[in-house]
Amino acid sequence: MSNTATDERVKSASIVTRIFRRPEVGALLGAIGIFILFTSTDTTGNFANLGGISGWTDIAAPIGIVAIAVSLLMIAGEFDLSSGVMVGTTGLIIGMSVQELGMNIWLAIFLALIFAAGVGFINGYVVVKTKLPSFIVTLATFFILKGANMALTMMLTGAVRVTGTDKAPGFEDAFNIFASRIQIGDSYFQISVLWWIALTILATWVLTRTRFGNWIFAAGGDANAARNAGVKVDRTKITLFVITSLASALVGIMFVLRLQGMQAGQGVGQEFYYIIAAAVGGTLLTGGAGSAIGASIGAVIMGMAYIGIPFSLWNSDWTSTFLGLILFSAVMINTFISRRAKGGK
Amino acid sequence: MSNALELREVEKSFGSVIALQGVSVEAETNAVTCILGDNGAGKSTLIKILSGVHKPSKGTYLLEGKEVTFESPRNALDNGIATVFQDLATIPLMSIWRNFFIGNEMIKGWGPLSRLDVKRMKSITKEQLLEMGIDLRDPNQPIGTLSGGERQAVAIARAVYFGAKVLILDEPTSALGVRQSGIVLKYVLAAKERGVAVIFITHNPDHAMLVGDRFYLLNRGRLIHRWERENVSGDDLRKAMAGGKELEALTNEIESSRKLR
Ligand SMILES: Nc1ncnc2c1ncn2[C@@H]1O[C@H](COP(=O)(O)OP(=O)(O)O)[C@@H](O)[C@H]1O
Ligand SMILES: [Mg+2]
Repeated sequence: MSNTATDERVKSASIVTRIFRRPEVGALLGAIGIFILFTSTDTTGNFANLGGISGWTDIAAPIGIVAIAVSLLMIAGEFDLSSGVMVGTTGLIIGMSVQELGMNIWLAIFLALIFAAGVGFINGYVVVKTKLPSFIVTLATFFILKGANMALTMMLTGAVRVTGTDKAPGFEDAFNIFASRIQIGDSYFQISVLWWIALTILATWVLTRTRFGNWIFAAGGDANAARNAGVKVDRTKITLFVITSLASALVGIMFVLRLQGMQAGQGVGQEFYYIIAAAVGGTLLTGGAGSAIGASIGAVIMGMAYIGIPFSLWNSDWTSTFLGLILFSAVMINTFISRRAKGGK
Repeated sequence: MSNALELREVEKSFGSVIALQGVSVEAETNAVTCILGDNGAGKSTLIKILSGVHKPSKGTYLLEGKEVTFESPRNALDNGIATVFQDLATIPLMSIWRNFFIGNEMIKGWGPLSRLDVKRMKSITKEQLLEMGIDLRDPNQPIGTLSGGERQAVAIARAVYFGAKVLILDEPTSALGVRQSGIVLKYVLAAKERGVAVIFITHNPDHAMLVGDRFYLLNRGRLIHRWERENVSGDDLRKAMAGGKELEALTNEIESSRKLR
């Protein structure tokens, strides 16, 4: 008797709360608002059609792929500032292996992935063992790689970019998997968009439906309580650093195949876009809460801004300012929503 | 009667601070062993040694008669020693059911498809807490939205559910009201009935008297008393805790100052 009464109370009290408890709700509302904004200011008539969508998803996909991993890492309470430069580093490793050694493309990709996993492991291991803030540790990694990208590229090739990746044995197959386009109607979508959607689904499943996901939330929510309950916090964090580096490497692979070469400065500065996408998507900068879908919605917002601003004939120089304002309001709104969800017991 | 757990002449120092000295404790299965002491007496330090957070600087730790050294709380947990820490062992932003099963997640499926059995974990959480008299409105709500007593109860229910042989409770009632303390104390007894060796840390002699079978009094890092239930009264505990003679002196002082008014 009293049980049924309680259960009714559950339903009436918490449908709204339950929706607003989702961390990505704020970002979703924001994305819809921005979509409406650019659709109405659009001067080309192409922002909201398939061609426009293929444009902004092309920008969103590589940001989203890394932002998902960065978001998981942030939920576990850590940052990776080397995630941007790693895109360049892995692209350069592949480009140089091909240009200087005539290596098979798959072997070059394999080398790049091994390297990325190694750096991710070192990032994680150093953070966990020294207990230094990951902000500082990965800032150091960032600068080390940034310098090495430039210096080694100059030293080995005598230029600031590597080229001719398309001459590698096996290039066609790799290109089809990582950098081809898919025709829908009369528009072409990058295959990276498929990767991005698949990884969003996979990461969401891992985060909400697996033990590893549970441990990610626990590690960032309260590392001590998590350890006391038997959660392997250090291992979880190191794994996430490796995953983040691998996500960057995936984007590096996509770029080097698509551009058939790579600039030494590629990726530098992107780390902030990943963090912004994650934060706009509702991931707490203090750890313990967030989502992969949110990070992807954050990436969509960025893609829309990059296409929508020139389509509205505004000066593209304002794009960063626009993203800064979005970040600011998203974080404010998310904080407000999550406080209400938690307080509205 | 068998000792589930025993400490012999244990010492713990933090740099120059000696937090515990010459501490020997015996805790039996099917019994509640109370450790009383004022703030700063070293109760939490003792708990942290028992639960594998700290290693003793000196002395031996025996589990079921065998000497053990625990590297981590997980290590102790794997040996059946569950602890509910005073600085609560729950993760505020995570849901109640996730907190209940954290570190002991139920998995279904196989290989790369192995995943959380969410439905089962939710219903078990609800059922186990209902048995403790806690009526969950929604096991999805963040545990941070529960009261301190409710969170404590979740932590105790969790330890018992996962088959702890030794259950260590660090001042579980200190932040609770009368009714909620009652619930926790009942559950302490329920755990004992299930064959658990309960170690109950408190600075409340009345709560200790309600559930305890053996009592230790800790003062400034040393055990200064040990009683069995048969030969101790609540008054004895209260007096000893307040420092006996000191309490008498305090009583006289207050009474005389009252008379003066
Ligand atoms: N990690 C530590 N480092 C230094 N001193 C500590 C540490 N933990 C406890 N102490 C000291 O040990 C003494 C006992 O503390 P504690 O065990 O927390 O007492 P209780 O739980 O009985 O209130 C206190 O004087 C405290 O300052
Ligand atoms: Mg204490």
